[in-house]
Amino acid sequence: MANGAAIEQSNTPLWGGGRQPFGASYGKLMMWFFLISDALTFSGFLTAVGLFRFRYEETWPVAENVYTHFPFLSGDHPLLFVALMTFILILSSVTMVLAVNAGHHMNKKGVVLWLGLTIIGGFTFLGSQAYEWYHFIKGAKGAVQINDSSVLYFTSAGGTGEIMSLYELVNGQKRPHDAPHAHFNTEQIRQAFSQNKNATLMYPGKEGQRLERSEAASLMADAEVVQGANMRVNEYGNNLFANFFFFVTGFHGTHVLSGVILNIIIFINVIKGTYERRGHYEMVEKVGLYWHFVDLVWVFVFTFFYLV
Amino acid sequence: MSENHNLPSEHHESPEGTGWIWKVFWILLIVTTVEVVLGIIKPPFLMFELLGTSLLNIIFIVLTILKAYYIVAEFMHLKFERSNLVWTIALPVLILIPYLAFILLTEGAYLNQFLQ
Repeated sequence: MANGAAIEQSNTPLWGGGRQPFGASYGKLMMWFFLISDALTFSGFLTAVGLFRFRYEETWPVAENVYTHFPFLSGDHPLLFVALMTFILILSSVTMVLAVNAGHHMNKKGVVLWLGLTIIGGFTFLGSQAYEWYHFIKGAKGAVQINDSSVLYFTSAGGTGEIMSLYELVNGQKRPHDAPHAHFNTEQIRQAFSQNKNATLMYPGKEGQRLERSEAASLMADAEVVQGANMRVNEYGNNLFANFFFFVTGFHGTHVLSGVILNIIIFINVIKGTYERRGHYEMVEKVGLYWHFVDLVWVFVFTFFYLV
Repeated sequence: MSENHNLPSEHHESPEGTGWIWKVFWILLIVTTVEVVLGIIKPPFLMFELLGTSLLNIIFIVLTILKAYYIVAEFMHLKFERSNLVWTIALPVLILIPYLAFILLTEGAYLNQFLQ
């Protein structure tokens, strides 16, 4: 019977316990399964955005009219800032892979360095998102909401369909960069509209359908000024657009924040030598999976909120 | 058996050094740059209608999936896992997400047409 035990050992079925059928530890496997469910959650959100975008094509804003700010630069720079945010997140993903790689070689100093840089990258991204939200909420050009609750931009009747900001409507010129963000009341805008015979209204959608001056004038009778964005109304177009913007980028931002917190926890453990004593740095790898997933989600948010 | 819970994963072969990491970084960076440049200039010859959207949007989606592949396969190391794990993870996602996208986008276009 001495070698009976040995035979029994090698005949243990693959799924009978004591072995790793997937070649991955319990923790890593569960992280993967969590990420699958999270991926399905995010695809639910993004496809819901798609559903309403196709449903409200006429009033769904065009991204390049919405996200136009870049720090220290004047004028409109669509896409540039989100491109920078994407770059920051990709870079922090790279430093995370380097941290995992250093962990495989039991290189504690390397893990500390690269994980520290990943945390800095995470905070930089969160700061950029705060900047993005700040300008989204503050608004730029301003618009009016007509009585069927659609939000319409001003434009010139004979022009190329370029948006005319409230400032331009009232002052007859584009807002100089050093001028403060001005608030206008509905009465001011109505007056400016009746004086500026060239102004009319247009839908914010892809087609940018322009109204006749006479139709716009009758709608202006009970239109309200909208500047900036909140959960009920926003100057960019359909109110669902801002709701989805807050919800999806907010949910992603929450993931980034919890990723940064997880990174900080394992960073402290690395410094304390917890994984050194354990003999492996797999915890860095597991949290790394989560961090790459956050980057992965952003790649899709970037495409479906800013590009398409 | 309980102590097996804490066993680390088996070590899988991955390329030596860090060169491959930077290679993937440059791929992701270049693809993103191409997307941004296309998004800013919006070349008119890519704007024609195709499959319910423009060719440009389809290019964006293809490039996004390309980036997603590199992040999952290389950074998340899925390429080097056992094939049973790879398929356990990839199949549900590859089946459910296109299904969801197809249903919702089709319904959105339908609502737009008939609920005006």
